[in-house]
Amino acid sequence: MPDEPLLRVEKLCKSFPKASGEVLVLDRIDLEVRAGEIVGLLGRSGSGKSTLLRSIAGLVQPSSGSVVFEGQPVRGPVQGVAMVFQGFALFPWLTVLENVTLGLRALGVDTETARRRALAAIDLIGLDGFESAYPRELSGGMQQRVGFARALVVEPKLLLMDEPFSALDVLTAETLRTDFLDLWTERRLDILAVVLVTHNIEEAVFLCDRVVVLAPNPGRIAAEITIELPHPRDRLSAAFRQAVEDVYALLTERAPAPARGVEAPIARHIRRVSVNLIAGLVETVAAPPYDGAADLPVVAHTLHLELDELLPVAEALHLLGLAEVAHGDVVLTDAGRAYAREDTQQRKRLFCEQALRVPLIAHIRDVLHARPNGRAPRLRFETELEDHLTEQYARETLDAAIEWGRYAELYEYDDVSRELLLEQPQTAAPASDADGPAVQATDR
Amino acid sequence: MQRRYAFPIALRVGVNRWDLLAAALALGAVAFVVAAMQPMRAPLAALEAAPVSLDIANLPVYALRTTFRMFAALALSLVFALAVGTLAARNLRARAIVLPLLDVAQSVPVLGYLSFTVVVFLRLFPDSVLGAELAAIFAIFTSQVWNVTFSFYQSLRTVPGELHDAARSMHMSAWQRFWHLDVPFATPGLVWNLMVSMSGGWFFVVASEAISVGPWTIPLPGIGSYVALAIAERDLSAVGWALAAMLVVIALYDVFVFRPLVAWSDQFRLGAARTGEAPRSWVLSVWRRTQALRTLDARIRALLRHATLHRAPVAALARRARVRDLARRFSAPWVGALAWWTVLAALAAASIGYGWHFLSGIAAREWLQVFLLGCATLVRVIALTLLASLVWIPIGVAIGLRPRWTARVQPLVQFLAAVPANLFFPLAVFVIVRWQLNPDIWLSPLIVLGAQWYILFNAIAGASAIPQDLLEIARSLHVRRWLRWREVLLPGVAPYAVTGALTAWGGAWNATIVAEAVRWGDQRLLAHGLGAYITVQTEAGDYARIALGVATMAAFVVTFNRLLWRPLYDAMERRFRLG
Repeated sequence: MPDEPLLRVEKLCKSFPKASGEVLVLDRIDLEVRAGEIVGLLGRSGSGKSTLLRSIAGLVQPSSGSVVFEGQPVRGPVQGVAMVFQGFALFPWLTVLENVTLGLRALGVDTETARRRALAAIDLIGLDGFESAYPRELSGGMQQRVGFARALVVEPKLLLMDEPFSALDVLTAETLRTDFLDLWTERRLDILAVVLVTHNIEEAVFLCDRVVVLAPNPGRIAAEITIELPHPRDRLSAAFRQAVEDVYALLTERAPAPARGVEAPIARHIRRVSVNLIAGLVETVAAPPYDGAADLPVVAHTLHLELDELLPVAEALHLLGLAEVAHGDVVLTDAGRAYAREDTQQRKRLFCEQALRVPLIAHIRDVLHARPNGRAPRLRFETELEDHLTEQYARETLDAAIEWGRYAELYEYDDVSRELLLEQPQTAAPASDADGPAVQATDR
Repeated sequence: MQRRYAFPIALRVGVNRWDLLAAALALGAVAFVVAAMQPMRAPLAALEAAPVSLDIANLPVYALRTTFRMFAALALSLVFALAVGTLAARNLRARAIVLPLLDVAQSVPVLGYLSFTVVVFLRLFPDSVLGAELAAIFAIFTSQVWNVTFSFYQSLRTVPGELHDAARSMHMSAWQRFWHLDVPFATPGLVWNLMVSMSGGWFFVVASEAISVGPWTIPLPGIGSYVALAIAERDLSAVGWALAAMLVVIALYDVFVFRPLVAWSDQFRLGAARTGEAPRSWVLSVWRRTQALRTLDARIRALLRHATLHRAPVAALARRARVRDLARRFSAPWVGALAWWTVLAALAAASIGYGWHFLSGIAAREWLQVFLLGCATLVRVIALTLLASLVWIPIGVAIGLRPRWTARVQPLVQFLAAVPANLFFPLAVFVIVRWQLNPDIWLSPLIVLGAQWYILFNAIAGASAIPQDLLEIARSLHVRRWLRWREVLLPGVAPYAVTGALTAWGGAWNATIVAEAVRWGDQRLLAHGLGAYITVQTEAGDYARIALGVATMAAFVVTFNRLLWRPLYDAMERRFRLG
C-alpha cells in the first residue's frame, strides 16, 4: 500500500441554512482512513456524526473542505463506497433478491450477472432461503442482513455503516456484530476499510481499531483512541473494560468551549430529559451501593441504558447543580443529596431553586415578569435561541426549559396560543377557556 | 436456453384453465378501446346525421363511449400529476408558483375550462368529432386532475429520507429513482385518488358531453348527452335508464379496474402493520394464476425494468456533473433567480394586461353585481356545508363506532358518491314548480347533494380511527351522552370532519354552476348566484362575462381556503391529533 490513505477528510465544515443565517454542524473535521481498519465515529446525537458519514458517502455536499477517496475528490455518491442504514432502508415492494440486485442493475450490470452476484452475497450473509421473501416478512435482524448484502454486493472498497445495529434488540445486534466481524477477520470480504457511526461505546470498543470521539455543537473531533486488543474481543476482560472506561472519561470530560463565536449563556443546547428520569438517576446514585458517587459505565450497565440515554440525564443533573459529572463519574452535590431525601413538595421547592440556575429558565422568568400581562409567545424565545442553535435544537432546548419550568411551577405554557405565562391561580385567561375542564379535573 | 421470441405464447407455455377467462378479459379490454376510439375520427357532420336519441338500445354504446372518455381523462390526469407533482416537489422555484396555480385551477368551475377550450379544440380539428371529443375529455380531466396531482406531490415530499439516501448511495440516477422509489411509494395514494376522481368526474360528464357554448351545441354520444336530452324532453323513465346504465358501468369498472388496482397497490404500502384484511380482487387473482399471462407479465416487467433502469453511462453522468459544477462556479445564484423572476413578472404583467383588456368592456356596476352574486352563492355554500355537517357527522360517527356497520356502509357510500347528483335535479324542479317555492332557497340543497358524501365518509373514517382505549376509559369513567360527544367523540373526529367539510365546500362551489340553473324540459329555474351567472353567460357565449364570473368564483374560493380553512385545519391537526 502506498502511503496515500483510502479516504482523507480535510478541514470539512458543514453548515445548514435556517430561518436566519446558518448554523454550523461540523467544524473543521480532519480524518484519515487507511486500508485494513475499522474506524468508529462515536458521539451523541447532535455531534454531526451522521452528517459526517453522509459527506463521506457523497450524499451531503460539504460547505467547505474536501473529502478525497482514492485520490479523487468526492462530489456525489462514489463508486467503491456502499452504505448500511440504521432503519435498514429496504424497498418494501421488492423481494430480498430484488433488493440486493437493484444496486447492480442501477449500475447497468446485466440480469444474469446481477442475479449470480446477488445470490452469492445473500449466501455469504446467511440469508439463503429468504430470496423471495418481502422485507415485511422478516425480523429486524434479517432485514439488516439484507441491508448488508445489498451493500456488499457492489463490492465496495469502503463500507459506511450508520448505526447499523441500534434498531435491533440486544441479542440480535450482538449476533449480527459477531457475524460481520467473523467475515471481516477471516478476510472473506473484499472491503478495504469500514467507517462505523455509533453512540454505543461498547459497540465501538468491540468492533473498531480506532475510535474517533466527536463533541457536539458544532460537531468537531474531541479525541481519538486506538484500540489494540486482538479480535475476537472479550467484553468481560479487564483490558476491554478499561478501554470502555477510557472512552467514557473522554466523552464526559468538560468539552472546551468551541473556538469560534461567543456562545451566549442562555443559548446552550439542553436535551429534553423528563423530570422523572432526573429523579430516578438522583435516587439511584444516592442509594447504596453508590452512596452519592458512581461510575457512569457501571450505572449504565445496571440500568440497561445506553450512552445516548444516560449521558443526557447525567448532563441534566450537572446543569441543575444536582451533581458533578466528570471523567465518567457522577457525584451528587449537597442539593442532589437533599433532593434524594425529601418528599414531593420539598423536592419541587428545591427543584425550583436549582432550575433558576439554568440561565435560559431564569431568562424566561425575567422576561415574563417584565411584561405587564405576564405572557410571552413561545416564538420570541425560539427566535432568540435560533441565533445560536439549529431550529431543531432551539425547539428541543425550549421544550426542556418549558418542562422543567412547569415542574418547578415557575411558569406555565399554553400549547393552543403557544404562549408562556406566569402562573395565575384564580383568574383564568379567556383564551385558555377551552382547557378549563381538563385542568380543573386534574386539580381536584 | 432462452428463446428470443415470445409469440405465440400459448404454443410454448401451454394453457391452463385460467387462460380462457383471462383471454376473454384481455380481448374485452382491447375491443373496448377500439370500439370507443373508432367513432372519434368521424367528421362533425356525422353527429348531425345520427343525433343522440333516447332509444334504450343506444345506451350500451353511449355508456361505452362515456367510460372511455373518463378513462382517457384519468390517464391524462395521471401523466399530468407525475410531471407537475415532480416539478413542484423537486424544484423550489417552480414550487413557489406551481402550488398556488394548482390551488386556483382547482377552484375554477368546469364550465370555466370548457367554454374556452372548446374553441381551441374545434379550431385544431375543424370538422372532426375529434375536436369535440378532446374538448369533452379535457373538461372531464379538469374535474379529476387536481387531487391526483396533490396526492403525488405529497407522496414525493414524504418519501423517507433513508430510502432516498439508500437509492442515491446505490448510484441510482434521478430517472431510476423516480420509477423505483418515488412512483412505487406514491402508488397507494395515487390509486385511491384516481378512484375518488373517477367518482367526482361523473358529475361533470353531463356538462362536458352536451357541449353548449355560445354558437356551438354539440351533443357527443354518451350517457351525459343522453341525460341532457332526457331532461330537455322531460322523459323521466329515460333518466331512470341512464341512472341504471351508470350504476352498471360503475359496478363493472369497480370490479375490473379499481379493485384489482387497489389489491395490487397494497404491496407498495410502507410499514409492516396492516390494519384489517388485505384488499382482494378475483380479477387480479386470475391475472396472476394464468400461465400465458404470467409469461407475458414477466416480459412486460422485464421491458419496463429495462426502460426504467436505463441510465446514461457513468462517464456521461460525471461529465454532466462537471458541467454543472462549472456553471455553478461561473454564475452567481442570483443570475438564475433574476432570469426566472423576470420571466414570471413579464408573464404576470402580460396576463393582467390582457385580462384587463378582455374585461374592460364590462361596467363597474356589473362587477359589483357579480361580486354580490358571489356573496349570495357564498352564503348558500356555507349554510349548506354546515347543515350537511350537522346531519352527517353524528350519523357518520354512529356508523364509524360500529365496525360491522362500517364494513357494510362504506362501499355503499362510495357507490352513492359516484352517482351524479344532477340526475335528481328534475325531481327538485318538479317539486319547486308544483308548490311555487322560492328557487333562491329551494335550489340550494342541490349544491351539496353530491358533496355531502365526503362529510359522511370522513366522519366514518374519523370515528373508526378513535383508539379503542379512549372509548373504553370513557365508558369506565361513566362519561355519557352529551359529555361523551363533547369531550371524546367530537374532538376525536375533528380533524377528519374538517377535511370532509373542506372537500365538500370545494365540491359545492363547483356544483353551483349546475345546481343554481336547473332545467326540466322548457322550464328553467334560476337562483340568484354566481353559478347561475356563469351558466347563463356560457350559454350566451359571452366570453368576457364568463371570465369575470369564473375569476370571481376562483377568488372567493381561494380567499376562503387561505383565510378560513387552512388555519382551521392546522389548528385541528395540532390540537386534536391522536398519537
